[in-house]
Amino acid sequence: MFDIDNIRNEFPILKQIVNEKPLIYFDSGATSQKPQCVIDSINHFYSNSNANVHRGIHTLGDRATVAYEDARNKVAEFLNVQAKEIVWTKGATESLNLLAHGLANSLNTGDVILISALEHHANIVPWQQVCINSGATLKVIPLDQSSQKVELETTKKLIDLYKPKILSISHASNTLGNIQPVKDIIQYSKKYQTVTVIDGAQAFMHLRPDMTALDCDFYVFSAHKSLGPTGLGGLYGKYNLLNSLPVYQTGGEMIKSVSFNDTVFAQAPGKFEAGTPNISGVIAFGCAIDFMNKIDLIEQKTYETSLFLYLKSQLENISGIKLYGDLVQNIGTISFNYKNEHPFDIATLLDQHGIAVRVGNHCTQPLMKCLNIEGTVRISLAFYNTQFEIKQFIANLKQCLDLLD
Amino acid sequence: MNESYIQFKKKLLQAGSWQDKYREIMLLGKKLPVLPSELKVESALVNGCESNVWLYMEFNNEESKLLITADSDTRIVKGLVSIILYLYSDLTPNEILAIDANKEFEDMSLLKHLSPSRGNGIKAILNSIYEQALTMRK
Repeated sequence: MFDIDNIRNEFPILKQIVNEKPLIYFDSGATSQKPQCVIDSINHFYSNSNANVHRGIHTLGDRATVAYEDARNKVAEFLNVQAKEIVWTKGATESLNLLAHGLANSLNTGDVILISALEHHANIVPWQQVCINSGATLKVIPLDQSSQKVELETTKKLIDLYKPKILSISHASNTLGNIQPVKDIIQYSKKYQTVTVIDGAQAFMHLRPDMTALDCDFYVFSAHKSLGPTGLGGLYGKYNLLNSLPVYQTGGEMIKSVSFNDTVFAQAPGKFEAGTPNISGVIAFGCAIDFMNKIDLIEQKTYETSLFLYLKSQLENISGIKLYGDLVQNIGTISFNYKNEHPFDIATLLDQHGIAVRVGNHCTQPLMKCLNIEGTVRISLAFYNTQFEIKQFIANLKQCLDLLD
Repeated sequence: MNESYIQFKKKLLQAGSWQDKYREIMLLGKKLPVLPSELKVESALVNGCESNVWLYMEFNNEESKLLITADSDTRIVKGLVSIILYLYSDLTPNEILAIDANKEFEDMSLLKHLSPSRGNGIKAILNSIYEQALTMRK
């Protein structure tokens, strides 16, 4: 059974008092909080196993390497893929940059890269840069103004129209929480041998995607948005395709042999992991995966959905509040505005109540333009939040709105 | 220090709750004249703001006293900007440099609004006032 009290006990930060009020953390879309086992793991590594990986013939080095590679196995199992198909990066953003750089050579003038209107800047800008250098064109699947989502039928039409070389879309939107129909989109784009890239930064923790079921070519994710430490992310790629990409950065660790004339690179994933990696982060992320595995996915999803529906209905009851996005297929993230009030004012007053929300354009300026707004207040829930917190939030929000009226 | 600033600071310190305090700040912001839209231009925007803050300032030639005009699209930032106006308007460079803004904001329990993560540009405004004052003094 999903025992929320036990789960909350695992997150020490949730016991904090902020501005003399118990912290209500509704900003998990920016970064998730960390369970005790992840925090302990970092401490344990530096206290007991600190050594560089894949190098010294000594006990500590072996221990570090085994733990590091064991975490890769855990993530691979989590995503239902092979360990050699997982590359560690410093974040989802670096994963996307690695891909944009790696796929650039395969593009010619007139080729199309297709993204959606919901994308985070990290899934727009790297492709724009690739277009400048390759002569390819970036096309965007629009947001349907009434449903406020990217519609599958429109997407299929655009795939037929552009026959894109690369399609890169988010599994779930960071700003609106929309869960996109990525499985159908991936399936459909196989008609044109399109390389499919899915930005799973937001979806990884909430949906626990199965790569075999999705069948995309690449999937990027962020450790810190999924209970792990900051400074770490990952990239999954189908092995042959992944291994065929040119190296992104060069240096130690990622080579097979070097002379002053010539270098032979290692095979993937090693060839993409130049320099000493974020060893403690990787090992701690392995613990985050263990933590998630202990929670039944169906129970987690049911719980998160019930929180989301409660929050949605409570917000809808406040007159003057406008909600955005797909409010059915959603990871538990709601963006809203109140009358003509500035999101900044609302968040500043909420902070006085110990409530953490995010405001602004959420690194999705083009999406804000589609919605014809400057920004929103965003609440992003996680399975460690409670209905009681939402109740407190709504009561305090009403007070803040009264103050502004 | 400007009398208007001293009076407002007193009022804030007397506020019974944070709600009252923020109400005062927002009311103060309301009194600030709205900047004409032709002056709300990109070049006048203060960098690093989640909210928009437009800032114009100069030292008048004869007396070398600071003239500030500013506006913001958020109520709280507009109020905070008004406090800065009260604090620095009509002061000479030397008078400006003698003020410890951190201490003033701390006294009013508003120090967190100077943190770089707030993205409200208050810190950026203070920095540019300070830099201009330094340049003028030379």
